[in-house]
Amino acid sequence: MNPRRKIRSLALSVAMFAAAAIAALGVFLISPRVAFAQGPPQTGLSASAGLSHAGEPRFFAIKGARIVPVSGPVIEKGTVVLANGIITAVGADAQIPAEVEVIDGTGLTVYPGLIDAGTTVGLGEAENAAPTGGRRGGGPRGPAPTRISTGPQDRPLTTPWVVAADELNLADARIVSWREAGFTTGLVQPEEGILPGQGSVIDFANEPAGEMVVKPRATLPIAFVTEPSFSSFPNSLMGSIAYVRQVFSDARWYQDAAAAYAAHREGQEHPAYDRTDVVLGEALKSNEPILLPANDQLAIYRAIRLANEWQIHAAMYGAQNGYEMASEIAASKMPVFVNLNWPHMEKGADEEQITLRELRLWDRAPSSPAALAKAGVTFAFYSGGIKDPKEILKDVKKAIDAGLSPDDALKALTVNPAEMLGVDDRLGSIAQGKIANLVVTDGDLFNEKTKIKDVFVDGHRYRIHEEASPGPPGGAHKPPMQSGNEGVGR
Amino acid sequence: MRARGLKGIRGLAILTALAFAFSFTARAQEGSQENSGVTLIKNATIITITHGRIEHGSILIRDGKIADVGASVSAPADAKVIDASGMFVMPGIIDCHTHIAVDGDVNEGSLSVSAMANIKDVLNPDDVDIYRELAGGVVIGNVLHGSANPIGGQTIVIKLKYGAAPDDLPFPDALPGIKFALGENVKHSNFGGPVPRYPDTRMGVEETIRDAFTRAKAYQQAWADYNRRKAAGEQNLIPPRRDVQLEPLVEVLEGKRYIHCHSYVSDEILMLMRVAKEFGFKVRTFQHVLEGYKVADEMAANNIGGSTFSDWWAYKMEAYEAIPYNAALMTDRGVIVSINSDDADEARHLNQEAAKSMKYGDLNENQALRLVTLNPAIQLGIDNRVGSIEQGKDADLVIYNHDPLSVYAVVQKTIIDGKTYFDRDEDIARRAGLAKEKQELLEKAKNEGKPAPKPAEETKPEKKKPHEKSKKSKKPGTAPGFSGMVAGGAR
Repeated sequence: MNPRRKIRSLALSVAMFAAAAIAALGVFLISPRVAFAQGPPQTGLSASAGLSHAGEPRFFAIKGARIVPVSGPVIEKGTVVLANGIITAVGADAQIPAEVEVIDGTGLTVYPGLIDAGTTVGLGEAENAAPTGGRRGGGPRGPAPTRISTGPQDRPLTTPWVVAADELNLADARIVSWREAGFTTGLVQPEEGILPGQGSVIDFANEPAGEMVVKPRATLPIAFVTEPSFSSFPNSLMGSIAYVRQVFSDARWYQDAAAAYAAHREGQEHPAYDRTDVVLGEALKSNEPILLPANDQLAIYRAIRLANEWQIHAAMYGAQNGYEMASEIAASKMPVFVNLNWPHMEKGADEEQITLRELRLWDRAPSSPAALAKAGVTFAFYSGGIKDPKEILKDVKKAIDAGLSPDDALKALTVNPAEMLGVDDRLGSIAQGKIANLVVTDGDLFNEKTKIKDVFVDGHRYRIHEEASPGPPGGAHKPPMQSGNEGVGR
Repeated sequence: MRARGLKGIRGLAILTALAFAFSFTARAQEGSQENSGVTLIKNATIITITHGRIEHGSILIRDGKIADVGASVSAPADAKVIDASGMFVMPGIIDCHTHIAVDGDVNEGSLSVSAMANIKDVLNPDDVDIYRELAGGVVIGNVLHGSANPIGGQTIVIKLKYGAAPDDLPFPDALPGIKFALGENVKHSNFGGPVPRYPDTRMGVEETIRDAFTRAKAYQQAWADYNRRKAAGEQNLIPPRRDVQLEPLVEVLEGKRYIHCHSYVSDEILMLMRVAKEFGFKVRTFQHVLEGYKVADEMAANNIGGSTFSDWWAYKMEAYEAIPYNAALMTDRGVIVSINSDDADEARHLNQEAAKSMKYGDLNENQALRLVTLNPAIQLGIDNRVGSIEQGKDADLVIYNHDPLSVYAVVQKTIIDGKTYFDRDEDIARRAGLAKEKQELLEKAKNEGKPAPKPAEETKPEKKKPHEKSKKSKKPGTAPGFSGMVAGGAR
């Protein structure tokens, strides 16, 4: 039952022992978190850096476990083989190669690594920022903006060239906490601005930043946020929408104008370079999903209308009113990123000011996923500003309690986001050839009592809940593991 | 900018419990059946506006249109009958100046020319103010951008179909508009952000408008040139860059969009008429136009409507030379005049606002009611469809229990396209159920995630100061920071 009790081949155990010994030294001398905060290792000469990357064997077989591949039927007793970060075999009778570390999966369940399809995890200090979706209408009256925008030509609140994959901050403690909650992967998105940048699919491994990146340019999120006062454009929701209308038009114009100019320069002004135009033009050409805010009914209607008007490859995010709008969303064929951060009554709220409309939303929002599933909408879940990652699955459970099937819930955490982000060839299910991202539990994922025992990201094993178990028989006493990733010998 | 709130108290007696919630979809489904049916309103005093009053008259509604009206009307046996004995039916009220049903700020106040902003993008059919105005007999609103800019955003005429889908609100085929504004608001005289904005003077306002139309004409010409050369077969031409700011101004020049211009002082009104003449565009209405009585002849000569208040003035310097005779005096000089609300509360008793013009200026009953029905319809170019009770027009009707010119008149039903959007009896009947639902959901929300409810004293929220309450968003699901009244709400 104890996953720590491993069957090892003799040869491998020697190697593992050596690795563990060096790792223990590394842990003792220097915290891995601090080491990684200083950036990716340069040469592999330092103990912790060298081991974290190159020194660890990534050959595992989980044997005799219940396997939920998501892409196919559940295997009640089967084996998953991982080699060098890839799932090499899965099945009831999968062959276990001689060189792998075999983990007894008896009593355990193996799921694909969970995907948080919208988060700032990994971007560091954005932890306290508002959830994506941003402010609506005229925002609060704030101080004068540092950069005054006098119209669309000034490209206010616009930085689409910022790619989350380029901005990763490995010191962000949430990388570890999200991983320990079963989230091996995130759609990590910058979120400050109307066009804040591009979202990247990131594996929450303890690796150099570049190796965590699955897909750098996965999404182009839009939020119709505003400047805080009349001092800078746009200060209104309608101004923000008008601005994006102009920008998409400009990006397309630039493509056309550049082509026309290249073909015939005489008598024509060369189109002025503008990096927003260039970046958006590339995103439009590559069919990168453009994410439109759909935080409520009105915004859902608007997202559908604007996606049609602008002729963009769009998805919507938010959709907590989806229970009222499922058929309209289904008809639009737009995929949906559903915010799991369910709205609720704030502590100390003035009851007299609360409307029936709000109360109904608070009561029914978690039934939105069930309504979307019934209508045939493809949707994925995202944490939308949830601070404690342990709450995420509890919020999924609320959706299940409100009628969503556990199968559909699991899809919204795995294969659906993988498809929506164009990485389903690599992520989202347990199948041969996929990236070795797994969550190993001692029970049903959505049962509150279930504990996550192991998380595999990119083939690295991260052991969870180690502190609850007794020390290894006959082994030297080790201090309690704190972040759960030291167990693999880093 | 109106002195919002000063007059707010008196309207509050009306149906404060109305803040119930319909979803777009639920409402849309409810409506579809009734619309195709046939309804007979009988035994009513019918105020047709165009053909006098009909005592004990009937109106037959079929497919959302007025199929027949008169002292005796034949109806199919299965028609739904509304017995309006002792009641008064008049055309639904048309408010030529409103800011309800807008999601977000009504002012893109950052630019002197914010023509790219479009109310159509942010229409909110779930705004409870729509329902409250239905309870005041309003069926159509000219939803305007705010007045913080010489040239403001694009505007739209809507039917007050509470709970319909956003795209079902706009009045079909009504010409869209654009808000212009003159005077203190556009100079940011009484408010503004931390950074000053051009223009600061009335001279600057004129220059801003002239500059915008100069650019619009150049833009219009650039497209004309491009299209001509392209049609002639030239290859690889770089097209002009689309400009969402100038597009609506080109539409104004081409007569495809109305100008509704916020104005107070007579010399500014004359200024815009001169600029319009020079650039070849038309002004459709002057809004507020509190000094309209001084320039009524010029307005009439230019066929420009005046949409004013009954007796609301002195809330800022430029509103000091207003008189309550304004509507009557402009009417006497041949101007098409309407009385508007500019305010979600004022809109609930526009019938009374119209009645004041009988006291101030001696308009007759029909002239007074025209100010809130047929005249605004003419100003908005929709008088072929609405504004009077005539065969073939839209069945947009309001039923009062007294003469609508009386202060005792209370709206019983408000009908749009043949469908009842407000019914006083149904509203009253619904209140207890809604209150119960609210209480139950409130208890549930309070106990969310708690093992057991805490003692009442602990859960009771601290009493908040009034100004803190006012910050509360009226909408659910809005992200932090939502405010409909940024920077003084220049209207």
